[in-house]
Amino acid sequence: MAAPLVLVVLVAVTVRAILFRSSLAEFISERVEVVSPLNSWKRVVEGMALLDLGVSPYSGDLFHETPLILYLFHFLVDYAEIVFMITDALTAITLYLAVKDYNKLMFKKQKLLLELKRYSQEGHDLLRVPTEMYYVPLKVALFYLLNPYTVLSCVAKSTCVINNAVIALFILATVKGSRLLSAVFLSVATYQSLYPITLLPPALLYLLQKEFIPIKMKSPSFWLFSCQYCSMYLGCLCVLVCHSFFLLNSWDFIPSIYGFILSVPDLTPNIGLFWYFFAEMFEHFSLFFVCVFQINVFFYIVPLTIKLKDHPMFLMFMQLAVISIFKSYPTVGDVALYMALLPMWAHLSRFLRNVFIVSCMLIVCTLLFPVLWHLWIYAGSANSNFYYAITLSFNVGQILLVSDYFYAFLRREYHLHHGLYLTKKDGTEATLVLK
Amino acid sequence: MAGAVLVAAALWASVWAGQCAEPPGSDVFREELLLTPLRSGDIAATFQFRTRLDADLRKEKVSHYRIFPKVLGQLISKYSIQELHLSFTQGFWRTKAWGPPLLQAPTGAELWVWFQDSVTDVNKSWKELSNILSGIFCASLNFIDSTNTVTPTASFKPLGVANITDHHLLRYATLPREIVCTENLTPWKKLLPCGSKAGLASLLRAERLYHSSYHSQSVHIRPICQNADCSSVSWELRQALTVVFDMYSSGQGKRDWSIFKMFSRTVTESCPLASQSKIYVDVSGSGKEVDLFELNPPTSLERQVVVHGDRRVYAEYDLSQQGTFSTSRNLNVALKWKGRTAESAGQPQSPLFHAERYVSGYGLQSGVINTMVFNNHPYRAYPVMLLETVPWYLRLYVHTLTITTRGKENKPSYIHYEPAKDRQRPHLLEMLIQLPPNSITKISIQFERALLKWTEYPPDPNHGFYISPSVLSVLIPSVINQKTDELEESTLFSTLFPSSDGSSYFMRLYTEPLLVNLPTPDFSMPYNVICLTCTVVAVGYGSFYNLLTRTFQVEDRKGGGLAKTIANLIRRLRGVPPL
Repeated sequence: MAAPLVLVVLVAVTVRAILFRSSLAEFISERVEVVSPLNSWKRVVEGMALLDLGVSPYSGDLFHETPLILYLFHFLVDYAEIVFMITDALTAITLYLAVKDYNKLMFKKQKLLLELKRYSQEGHDLLRVPTEMYYVPLKVALFYLLNPYTVLSCVAKSTCVINNAVIALFILATVKGSRLLSAVFLSVATYQSLYPITLLPPALLYLLQKEFIPIKMKSPSFWLFSCQYCSMYLGCLCVLVCHSFFLLNSWDFIPSIYGFILSVPDLTPNIGLFWYFFAEMFEHFSLFFVCVFQINVFFYIVPLTIKLKDHPMFLMFMQLAVISIFKSYPTVGDVALYMALLPMWAHLSRFLRNVFIVSCMLIVCTLLFPVLWHLWIYAGSANSNFYYAITLSFNVGQILLVSDYFYAFLRREYHLHHGLYLTKKDGTEATLVLK
Repeated sequence: MAGAVLVAAALWASVWAGQCAEPPGSDVFREELLLTPLRSGDIAATFQFRTRLDADLRKEKVSHYRIFPKVLGQLISKYSIQELHLSFTQGFWRTKAWGPPLLQAPTGAELWVWFQDSVTDVNKSWKELSNILSGIFCASLNFIDSTNTVTPTASFKPLGVANITDHHLLRYATLPREIVCTENLTPWKKLLPCGSKAGLASLLRAERLYHSSYHSQSVHIRPICQNADCSSVSWELRQALTVVFDMYSSGQGKRDWSIFKMFSRTVTESCPLASQSKIYVDVSGSGKEVDLFELNPPTSLERQVVVHGDRRVYAEYDLSQQGTFSTSRNLNVALKWKGRTAESAGQPQSPLFHAERYVSGYGLQSGVINTMVFNNHPYRAYPVMLLETVPWYLRLYVHTLTITTRGKENKPSYIHYEPAKDRQRPHLLEMLIQLPPNSITKISIQFERALLKWTEYPPDPNHGFYISPSVLSVLIPSVINQKTDELEESTLFSTLFPSSDGSSYFMRLYTEPLLVNLPTPDFSMPYNVICLTCTVVAVGYGSFYNLLTRTFQVEDRKGGGLAKTIANLIRRLRGVPPL
């Protein structure tokens, strides 16, 4: 299994190296779909230039990276391309290992549940078999490394690549059951882009399951573990924030990063829903709608956790997708991360309803983004509505994709427990409906 | 680096003393008009009215104003103003064709104020002051807010008696979109002791002034020394108005100018309150050729002055003397060119120093601001202080700043950069750049255009946004050596700026304002956008809600509903078993 992975990594690095050397690199790094004000490489360079000029990078409204990234690239700026390629490869390998471990665990769990007779006899067709699971980790790595979205992000040197790597490491640490590392990487991810804070419940659930601690309100061990994990997380976050404070000796970075993420002052077009909505919003409703839209990202985790408390990995996937759809400055790099996890749920394909339409939608939208951008910004023959329409349909596509997977997951679970071929009381074939 | 800054700052900040001809203790008013034939065939007329108040508004409470306008006096006392400079300009002084200006002002409105160090909340005073000035001059100065105000560190120094060096007391703002017209001229004329009733100000007729290529009116208030040892301080109000008449549109294509042709009236009397009332005509020829034109009526008074490092000859008409006026009691100074047409006047000689600016790039995503600075001095290098104020909606990338002279990188010896804050403050970039002799220096910086909220666009958003001109402050070495004591004690030509020694002179130039287009949202459909985006969010919410709150159930046979009843009815008709 290692050989194909090495091959994939080599191919991916070659593709990136070629693109870095080509004239396309400049073009890609200016694309609004690939870079956002939060993670554009040009702004990182600007932040370093401001630091060299003796001006605080956070005194202006151009630089919104975290201080640690700023100082990291202060040392590594000459090797930036290599750093980004290595980060991408690291993410893929981490995801590979995480998925491999997770699959092993899932197989064990499935066996256990079978032995406990939790599954219906008629649902055995749905059980996962090792041969099918064998290639899943490799597919995940492949999906991440050779996804055009990831390639574009890497060639544009979007720091989203680094955020993805941190999240991948967090997933690996969680899957391996190392609660300290999991908390550390989660806090780094939160520090980097704030939204990963919503990944805390799935990680906690996963670790609890791994430790065989029952999730009950009355169980003291549940509370003890949760408190331990949360305090590790908060402590690490505190260390990171304080460290940033001591690097710059000012708290300016807090409003400049987290305030910027939450209040959405920069309306540069991107693939998300925020920019045009707030460009066209009436001023006195602006705050209200900012709150509504931000609650959207943070709130879904609560009902999802309740619904999917036995399946923390799927919960994590769902939340990653929700973040990348509803976050304030999404880029294709965020989409690439949850798309890389799609092969993990390949066994749901039987229940997917509109995967063809959705993939067509996503592909067409991706191709139309640069076209309509050109028509609006350069040719002047279209206006902002054209680009906006594409972002809308891209997001509808993503929402349909995610809800389709959610539906398929729930349906498979039902069939596992109630049998694949449902019959009515009179013996005729029954249909399944959501009620 | 710091050394060069200090030297430059010291030169510009050197206290401008002198001006003590009149006996102290009495207010003085002087009026002057200078006619300068320009090489292009156009003519520049510069009016200057100076009112001196012999009382220190900073220390004593002045309640009796004679000829100094009370409204401005009260303003100075109330807001503890150290210096105030305000200008309204239409058009652009073409330095390349017209030569260096006596006092240039940027297109639109410009206001810079030094406050006294007793002011605690400078921003508040500044805001109130600009609103009051907006009322006094009927201008849109109330649009000055934090998004277009900057505090330059080195470009603007006090021009009067001052010992302030703390630049936090300075505020500078320009409104490049401001349109100047009659409603700004009328209140400006009302500040004069004689109004427009008598004296040179009677020439200021709006329908002629605004039919010109360049028009600039300004107000400068500063404290000056009353006597040689500067023991007491006076306040000076200097009102200047420069207008350039175009040879083709105002002069019927001829270079022969007269006061009547320019202003469609003649001078009949001086202002009775004026202690000095003079008209000067620049008769210095280019090079060896003199007497290119003859003046009518002729005057015997001539004086030589060094202006901008160049010796100029001026014919002088003293309006306070009755002999100046003709028998019909008026004066119409006319220039008659001796057989030379405008075409044969030759190429205008390029000035020692000038600058131009433009935007390059295409599309609405990004662009480059380029400033070209020309040093045409044959053998001397000198530094220039460049001030750029760029509004926040053009996001400047300071790491892309490149300064090249003759293909080589030119590192600025001083750089001060304050990045913009969205919707709060503009970018401020100040640089001290050394210009080698006979060179062109190109300064370019990349920017990105922001998409604004639909309510933040001005009317006619596709017209574009005006970016204020960059300010170039420069100490130019003189070609001829001039001595300080040779300078006239108080003529028009000793301009506002101090000249510490004869070897160089100070000049402040402004480049063109820029017009930059920004991407615009569709202004007609906020409701549609709100509805559509909310629909997408609702699609997300709805599908999640559906899956989260419902559970799978085997469809119950009973309770068909209306649709099923109808379907069964049709099936029965077709003879198919019902559902």
